Amino acid sequence: MNTPNTAPSREYLKPPVTEVGVLGWLHGNLFNTWYNSVLTILFAVLLWQVVPPFISWAFIDSVWNTPSEACRDIEGACWSIIPQNISFIIFGFFPDGAQWRPGSAMLILLGLVFFSKNSNHWKKSLGIYWLIGIIVMGTLMYGGVFGMQVVETAQWSGLPLTFMLSFFGMVAAYPLGVLLALGRQSRMPAIKTLCVVYIEMIRGVPLISLLFMSSILFPLFLPEGITIDKVLRAQVAIILFTAAYIAEVVRGGLQAMPRGQFEAADSLGLNYNQTMRLIILPQALKIVIPPSLGILLSAFKDTSLVVIIALYDVLKTTKVTLSNPKWTGYSTEAYIFLAVLYFICCYAMSSYSRKLEKSLHTGR
Amino acid sequence: MNETEKQTAENADRAPIIEVNSMHKWYGDFHVLSDINLKVKLGERIVICGPSGSGKSTLIRCINRLEEHQRGQIIVNGTELTNDIKNIEKVRAEVGMVFQHFNLFPHLTILENLTLGPIWVRKTPKKDAEEMAMMYLEKVHIAEQALKFPGQLSGGQQQRVAIARSLCMKPEVMLFDEPTSALDPEMIKEVLDVMIDLAEEGMTMLVVTHEMGFAKSVADRVMFMDEGQVVEENNPHDFFDNPQNERTKLFLSQIL
Repeated sequence: MNTPNTAPSREYLKPPVTEVGVLGWLHGNLFNTWYNSVLTILFAVLLWQVVPPFISWAFIDSVWNTPSEACRDIEGACWSIIPQNISFIIFGFFPDGAQWRPGSAMLILLGLVFFSKNSNHWKKSLGIYWLIGIIVMGTLMYGGVFGMQVVETAQWSGLPLTFMLSFFGMVAAYPLGVLLALGRQSRMPAIKTLCVVYIEMIRGVPLISLLFMSSILFPLFLPEGITIDKVLRAQVAIILFTAAYIAEVVRGGLQAMPRGQFEAADSLGLNYNQTMRLIILPQALKIVIPPSLGILLSAFKDTSLVVIIALYDVLKTTKVTLSNPKWTGYSTEAYIFLAVLYFICCYAMSSYSRKLEKSLHTGR
Repeated sequence: MNETEKQTAENADRAPIIEVNSMHKWYGDFHVLSDINLKVKLGERIVICGPSGSGKSTLIRCINRLEEHQRGQIIVNGTELTNDIKNIEKVRAEVGMVFQHFNLFPHLTILENLTLGPIWVRKTPKKDAEEMAMMYLEKVHIAEQALKFPGQLSGGQQQRVAIARSLCMKPEVMLFDEPTSALDPEMIKEVLDVMIDLAEEGMTMLVVTHEMGFAKSVADRVMFMDEGQVVEENNPHDFFDNPQNERTKLFLSQIL
């Protein structure tokens, strides 16, 4: 037996002092070669130049919640623009007294998303919760019952609009993308061609042009007197756009599946639908979680393009605030706030997907 | 007449469970299988051997239509394999297949791997399917692993699960495509033991393998294939001790 006890005795020495501790770390990571030493010093200087001024601008000389006049004679940041305008930035043109409605709709949405993360909750009841949630959210947003004043979709704006466009964009685009990916692999030439043409065409045009088409061209083809809601049209454009990208990512996942998986499913007598639903897609979609997240993140950020068809997402409401003469000139502060807001959302999505991946890991 | 002889005599009267009549297959221009004729009776154990590239795997993959043949006829349990997808699915449900690389479904537990076919193809209630799955897992001596995932098992264990998965479909015939070729030597025996048990219970088996010991002890018939043709076919005793064809002799001298 070769256990440490019976092994021939030997001394276990400590490594040299230059290899451990703070000194060792510094030596190993920052000053291990002459050019790394130079880079380290350069960056130290750069940080010294940038960080302290930023801190004093952002935190020391700044004001946080004052009327705009108070901002005129300070050196630092005028964060006041955010709290003073927060309800317009977040809720846009939603009527003042009714802003609790989009607020609680967003909370319901976040709650449902959070609840859905746990794979133990993936049962039929989850679908029912979502259905109820969507109906409640719709009612809260539109109103017209229980004494709630009707708010037309044209007034839906700010963060709820951003959330709605991106969330439903993703949720509807994903299944559509999966269908397109399956269609592209189909043996039936008509279906295959249709899917290839669709995917390549959509990927060949920018989202802006799709939005334009949905808002300007599309209504021209409708019979007179029939109008389709503008928000809905933008929503559909975003869905169609995102789906084409999802399709290509999912196709990559399908191609990564070993042939043996198809053969094993075939040899059990499973039909095409069963094979795809039970064997192939669960594995392929798990593989493509990271690249899908990339597409969903850019879809989330791309929703800000709806400004060009005169919808007021959270970026546009911020811009409107900045065009108010009282607050012009504080764009840095406002955009930093927006950047943080977007970052929080994107980071949450990204960590959500990591958790999802982890919970689907089956050891291999 | 003892019990086994009687059974053999009974089986001989029945129509063959698998019938392959002058079947040809091409990959593009390449003629992989040429004029294959094969009749398998219920309960028969057939070992197919031959050098790599001789078409032996392709032959058994044609029997459950993982590969398509271009000429001739393949009839399994009275159903002819054509392009009719319903017939193909029917045959596949009757014919179990064990692959060289196991091909378990890595995202499902062992138990779910076993119950998938019965639940979705045979429409067995989940509870019954699970009971049956546990029974077959006992049979391949692996019941304690039921809730693990395939990735957590050794190769030999995975292959035994794969055999149990096929058995859960209550197949008439089992096809084995080099079931031990991807295994470490010490795991080969545990898989072969399961296969021997199965043979002793009277399962109809077509086995592509290089395990000549298995062929000697279990097979009713050994087929030797080379270059897409059946070169020699005989009972194991004569096949190993008295091969007729030169190619068979050469092959046997190389592997024995």
